[in-house]
Amino acid sequence: MSETMLLIPGRSNKQGTSLNKGKLKEEYLEVTSTVEMNEDDMQRLQLEDGDRVRLSNSIGEFTASCKKKKSKDLPEGMIFIAYGPSSSRLMESDTGGSGMPISKNIEVEVEKVAA
Amino acid sequence: MSDNIKTVKNATCTFCGCVCDDMELTVDLDAKRITKAKNACVLGRAWFAEHTIQDGPAAMIDGKEVTLEEAIEEAAQVLTSAKFPITYGLSDTTCEAQRQAVAITDFIRGSIDTTTSVCHGPSGLAFQGVGESTMTLGEVKNRADFIMYWGGNPAESHPRHFTRYTVTPKGMFTPNGKKDRTVVLVDVRKTPSTPVADIFLQVKPGKDFELAWAMRALVKGHKVDSSIENETGVSLEVLEDLVQRMKNCNYGVLFMGMGLTMTRGRHFNSGAIMALAADLNEFTHFVAKPVRGHGNVTGADNVVSWQTGYPFGVNFSKGYPRFNPGEFTTVDTLSRCDADAALIIASDPAANFPQAAINHLGSIPVVSFDTKETATSKLAHVAFRTSTYGINTGGTVYRMDDVPITLRPAFESPFPSDEDILTPLRKRVQEIVIGKSKAKGAGAGVTRAASPVK
Amino acid sequence: MSTSTRILNGKVYDPINKVDGEIKDICIKDGKIVESVGDDATRIDAAGMVIMPGGVDIHCHIAGPKVNLARKLQPEDHRHDPHPGTPFTRSGSGGTVPSTFATGYRYATLGYTTAMEAAVTPIGARHTLEELHDTPVIDKGFYVLLGNNIFLQQLLKEGRKEEFKHAIAWWINSTKAFTTKLVNPGGDEPWKGKKNSNVSDIDEKPNSNDISPRQIIEAFIEAVNELGLPHPPHIHCNNLGHSGNYKTTLETMRTAGDRRAHLAHIQFHSYAGELGKNPTSAAREIADYINKHPNISCDVGQVMFGKSTIMTADAPLAYMLRGIAKGKWVNADTECESGCGIVPFSYQEHVYVHALQWAIGLELFLLSEDPWRIILSTDHPNGGSFMNYPKLIKLLMDSSFRKEELSRANQKAVNKTLLPDLEREYTLNEIAIITRAGPAKCLGLNNKGHLGPGADADITIYDDQADKEIMFNAPRYVFKSGTPIISNHEFCQDHDGRLLHVAPAYDETIVDTVRPFFEDYYSIEFDNYAVDDSYLHDHEIIPVRN
Ligand code: SF4
Ligand SMILES: [Zn+2]
Repeated sequence: MSETMLLIPGRSNKQGTSLNKGKLKEEYLEVTSTVEMNEDDMQRLQLEDGDRVRLSNSIGEFTASCKKKKSKDLPEGMIFIAYGPSSSRLMESDTGGSGMPISKNIEVEVEKVAA
Repeated sequence: MSDNIKTVKNATCTFCGCVCDDMELTVDLDAKRITKAKNACVLGRAWFAEHTIQDGPAAMIDGKEVTLEEAIEEAAQVLTSAKFPITYGLSDTTCEAQRQAVAITDFIRGSIDTTTSVCHGPSGLAFQGVGESTMTLGEVKNRADFIMYWGGNPAESHPRHFTRYTVTPKGMFTPNGKKDRTVVLVDVRKTPSTPVADIFLQVKPGKDFELAWAMRALVKGHKVDSSIENETGVSLEVLEDLVQRMKNCNYGVLFMGMGLTMTRGRHFNSGAIMALAADLNEFTHFVAKPVRGHGNVTGADNVVSWQTGYPFGVNFSKGYPRFNPGEFTTVDTLSRCDADAALIIASDPAANFPQAAINHLGSIPVVSFDTKETATSKLAHVAFRTSTYGINTGGTVYRMDDVPITLRPAFESPFPSDEDILTPLRKRVQEIVIGKSKAKGAGAGVTRAASPVK
Repeated sequence: MSTSTRILNGKVYDPINKVDGEIKDICIKDGKIVESVGDDATRIDAAGMVIMPGGVDIHCHIAGPKVNLARKLQPEDHRHDPHPGTPFTRSGSGGTVPSTFATGYRYATLGYTTAMEAAVTPIGARHTLEELHDTPVIDKGFYVLLGNNIFLQQLLKEGRKEEFKHAIAWWINSTKAFTTKLVNPGGDEPWKGKKNSNVSDIDEKPNSNDISPRQIIEAFIEAVNELGLPHPPHIHCNNLGHSGNYKTTLETMRTAGDRRAHLAHIQFHSYAGELGKNPTSAAREIADYINKHPNISCDVGQVMFGKSTIMTADAPLAYMLRGIAKGKWVNADTECESGCGIVPFSYQEHVYVHALQWAIGLELFLLSEDPWRIILSTDHPNGGSFMNYPKLIKLLMDSSFRKEELSRANQKAVNKTLLPDLEREYTLNEIAIITRAGPAKCLGLNNKGHLGPGADADITIYDDQADKEIMFNAPRYVFKSGTPIISNHEFCQDHDGRLLHVAPAYDETIVDTVRPFFEDYYSIEFDNYAVDDSYLHDHEIIPVRN
């Protein structure tokens, strides 16, 4: 079962502090490969905190563990991830003549990865 | 902890664009580390705590340790023999180093681009289209009674923005701090910044332009249809109330986050916000400003602009600067496989760029400058390990509002600064270029400086 | 290599030393002009050429925060006018707001070797110094904006004149400035704090407890005089650009009494007529006052037809022009210190107001009796680029050319001025005064603007040509501090130039007076504010008068 959702990469405190320790260090890699999802979305996809999901689009894919967010904080159909190597994998290289690849509100397919 | 302790007052944190210059650092000189950073936020504390000295070579070629001289020579050869060399990064180093980097790129006739192109580059383009009514952050502290953040989460990206500059400080005409201000946040989701806001607007993803444009219409007294709610997620009633507040305030500010520039609409979104702020000056004093990310990305914009006339995405292949975002910006030069050598300074495109760009970067000779090992330094042909600006080296950094600040380094690093390497590299590059032009018999490259008109 | 040079057979114009077109040798040693040099000196034959000291621009906008905003704002301004590099000079881009390198090289290609950036916020001093370091060849300095400084105004309100003076000196030292600049004094607070309004009268007090522009102007003239700065306060009067503003200008000059004052771009302040209606010329009234008052100097701020960029600390003015230009607009507020506005602009011959402005500038040049106190400027890039100077010189030297140009401009406008009847033609000697000797004197630069022994060897050698625009557009040789920069019309060497600044003495306890205000209302730390010596490239402190 997969669904189309919107991925929003952004900054977070943890991403910022772990970045200072080193971008090749465990902590940063973990922070940047955890996604936050709406609780109803997770229920529908039969996901629990810590389960693995695969996010993919025509550019690439990555897997991440997921974390529940209340509906009032994160609307349905939206996924948040701290910027990093994972989110870059789904970024298109075409910048539409601007120099800036679309890096927020990226359409992705989300599916549960069997444990 | 040793007894060899010193404190550095009024030091500057360069982790984010807030560039807070009120740090009081406690430094253990024997251990070569900062043990305490008074006044720093959680990100700043991590910045100071984690920049310790780690053993490792200052220069490597293909992963093997070499002397600095050998590495500089190799870098100069790589850059001067390339047909389409590119320079990229620069937002986490001093203006002094940035000036050398632009000079190198000028002499090798390459492209110069900074991380601006993938953060507020679109706002730079919008600025060229509509201009901007703007201010230094002290004006916000002293005067602003209406503050709106659009598409940003400063609580996590710029933790002291609210407390040091905008929302809480007490200023000349805002003696009660937050009580004297209305704070509005626009975002697609609730974030840790949301609680600060008196009014929160949850805009539908990708509908920022529509929302801003409807507000412009209301400011100008045009009618807006109630279907705007369906379109943007914000009701007409809320918008009308908001626009009234904006027109009636004494000094209004719009802060732009990357939620505007990185999504559908890009420079149109920033342009709509800048135009909205400009329009509001018919009624009151109104300003806008992008909230810039990296410590000295604003310095990079300034240096590249004063040296070339353009802020980023500049190419020197014709012997003079040309500006064309989408052509000379780094994501494009890499993913189109144009670049045949890269000078990457204080940035990690090998981790942050789209895959096609990363792939190409891996296939060309790269010269990298980093304070720690990164994905980019790992794939570099020539890799320099440099000291950290603001911690080990002095120099100049521009805050997000173009205010320049001099750094006060805390302790010495065994590694050279970016400028320490870029300066001899620039000299060597220039030597090679002059040599080549003499060999071509181009009259030592003299061009006509002044010829009679007509 | 010999560091001495002898220039022979040239016709020398050196008004300070009363040399008016004599054939005379000029000798250079170690960067200075000397009486004579040995036989081993490099010899340059300047037969058929005109020798002048290097040009000195007393008022232009070439570096710092507002200039860089204007650069960033206008890619279209640069694209049509690239400035190629060479293996030993940097490339850049031109237009009305050139990149720093292009600015320095282009001044050199006109024979100018000194230029003063006329408006810098104190908090932007560091930025300006970095840009000036990247501005090659010319010597340069800047004027620091203090006329809307909130703390200084507080001192004045409280009648603390002595501390006011020391605070000015502290600010100059802390920024490495050359003198003080007042722009629309008293106008910032109404602009930023009162919904974009402005002061409109020199005696207006926006609030009952405020001080008037006149009080600010008077206090600065007095304090700067006491400090003995080589150049007096550099004043951009209130009401710039408004019809009828000449009265404000006259009042500003009267405020000086018999003390020195410099009025910037006075053309923009010489308009008669009724507020809100089309202006007419008040050049006669202004010129008369200046002719009779040797304490007043001014630069003209000539308007030249074509592209310009309005950039000014007079933010309300830029806002007004935004309504006219209808294009992009920049406003930039600086905490506690200044406003700023930028508007891309273009002056057109057929437009009444533009043609009138053009004519008034020329009237002022031609009506003024003492060339030493009326200095050539376009308020670059406000009235047009400094690259227009050769054409402006031709307009002044060649009355038939002037008539031709006049016939193309809006006739209704030019006929409201005296210009059609003015036959005067400037001589080469007078041109040497208004572009070199005069500005050097006004600035108190004793080693500039002349070719006597001890002067800096900043020298320009032009081919003596009938067409003065061609002549002044292309010097055959330019020396900077004795170094040949242009030789036979070609760049042959690069040069950094020097920063010129002043360092008046002050009572150090003033720091404790400024600090509490600063800590309350600025957004950077007080101890990080003053600019240290690391921002000076090669520099010279111009001594104060005692
Ligand atoms: S807000 Fe930014 S600059 Fe200030 S301490 Fe935190 S990370 Fe450093
Ligand atoms: Zn000016």
